[in-house]
Amino acid sequence: MDFDFLSSTMVTLIKALPVTLALFALSVSIGCVLALLILWMRVGGNRYLSAFAKAYVFVFRGSPLLIQMFLVFYGLAQFSFIRNGPLWPLLREPFVCAVLSLALCTAGYSAEIFRGGLRSVPPREIEAARSIGMSGFLLVRRIIAPIALRYALPAYSTEVVLMMKSTSLASLVTVWEVTGVAQRLISHSYRTMEVFLCAAAIYLVLNFIVLQAMALLEYSLSRHLRAPRQRARPEA
Amino acid sequence: MSTLELLGFGSTGWGALLLAGAGITLAVTAAALAIGAVLGAIVAAAKLSGSVVARALGSAYTTVFRGIPELLIIYLIYFGGSSAVTAIGQAMGYEGFLGLPSFIAGALAVGIISGSYQAEVFRGAYLAVAKGELEAASAIGMNRALRFRRIIMPQVMRYALPGMGNVWQLSLKDSALISVTGLAELMRTSQVAAGSTRQYFLFFVVGGALYLVLTSLSDQVFDRAERRANRSMPSAMGQV
Repeated sequence: MDFDFLSSTMVTLIKALPVTLALFALSVSIGCVLALLILWMRVGGNRYLSAFAKAYVFVFRGSPLLIQMFLVFYGLAQFSFIRNGPLWPLLREPFVCAVLSLALCTAGYSAEIFRGGLRSVPPREIEAARSIGMSGFLLVRRIIAPIALRYALPAYSTEVVLMMKSTSLASLVTVWEVTGVAQRLISHSYRTMEVFLCAAAIYLVLNFIVLQAMALLEYSLSRHLRAPRQRARPEA
Repeated sequence: MSTLELLGFGSTGWGALLLAGAGITLAVTAAALAIGAVLGAIVAAAKLSGSVVARALGSAYTTVFRGIPELLIIYLIYFGGSSAVTAIGQAMGYEGFLGLPSFIAGALAVGIISGSYQAEVFRGAYLAVAKGELEAASAIGMNRALRFRRIIMPQVMRYALPGMGNVWQLSLKDSALISVTGLAELMRTSQVAAGSTRQYFLFFVVGGALYLVLTSLSDQVFDRAERRANRSMPSAMGQV
């Protein structure tokens, strides 16, 4: 095996890593906020908003991300009112289009995951909170959100890993992140296996870190469920 | 040209080509699911086996192929497969570049990915088979093959069905990525139609809508299959 080639490939690929990380961080955080908005529409009680949220989830979970991304990148540019509109300097950028479509897509999946978490909040906890006079935002903040988050976290960490992998699609709308650079290296050098190994190693390390971070979050959120640590304190 | 003409079945319309693309999407996904079922069964058996080496190899397979982007795997199979085919061609005396057909490369790539998900589905389904039934089968003298055919297989197929539905939906959407190899499936056809008519928005909306049709139809098929598979089960046990 040619280690000079491997190390130079690794260096080239790692130079593209910030783009992948930026795509990931922006789309996951925007997508999370959008998901909460959709969840609120879905369970808020308004019939029309709820139907809209259902349709949103159906559309974004039922079609491939690639076609959504092309729709945003090529489709929007077709209309002159968008090309002449105030948002054009943003929507012209492939990076912005990639983040937008990634965020819209993950919002659909995450909203369903969060709804699953919400449904597993035991009704008696909500009743108990109501009976001592909590209502509205306080109820959500103190009782519903912490429990729902804990239930949703395992499925959500899977979704976050899927998002890390999905950032690779941005290369198809000319954003030069790790997979795009790897593809360019392959078509220049025809050394598929070596380039693939380097890129695969980068993604595996990234996903390992993400999963560890999510596991740590899960651990710290379930402190009250663990057995109390035995303290070596002398009895008074 | 009007929208109806563009989407119609006439000589200037793209309707027939889009439907053919949807057909190829279904065909390549079905081929991928079949490849993935074989790989998944082998990997699941490895992960459930007593051998430490087999277990490690099985976990490595599922970790690696679920952890790296699908697009990267498609590049690996398409470019790597083509150089392998070219090398075999040269060994047999053929000069020049030989490509791996994009249908085969695509089905293989998506199959390898779906195999890593199917392995987990099969493993979970096997673990759901009640231990007592396996012991009962051994107790009345069934050998391994008979026990597999009569006791394990029917139950694993039933327990695996919901998971297989998820894997099918996942592979259907992954198959859109095969468009990078130039296979004229639904994604690629929408792209070509959009590019040559300059009607990007229209054709990507129509392509997306066709994908929605495919996913919701297959949802119904799997719902029915699940109801049929569970027809002998009491309704409390997860019948739809």
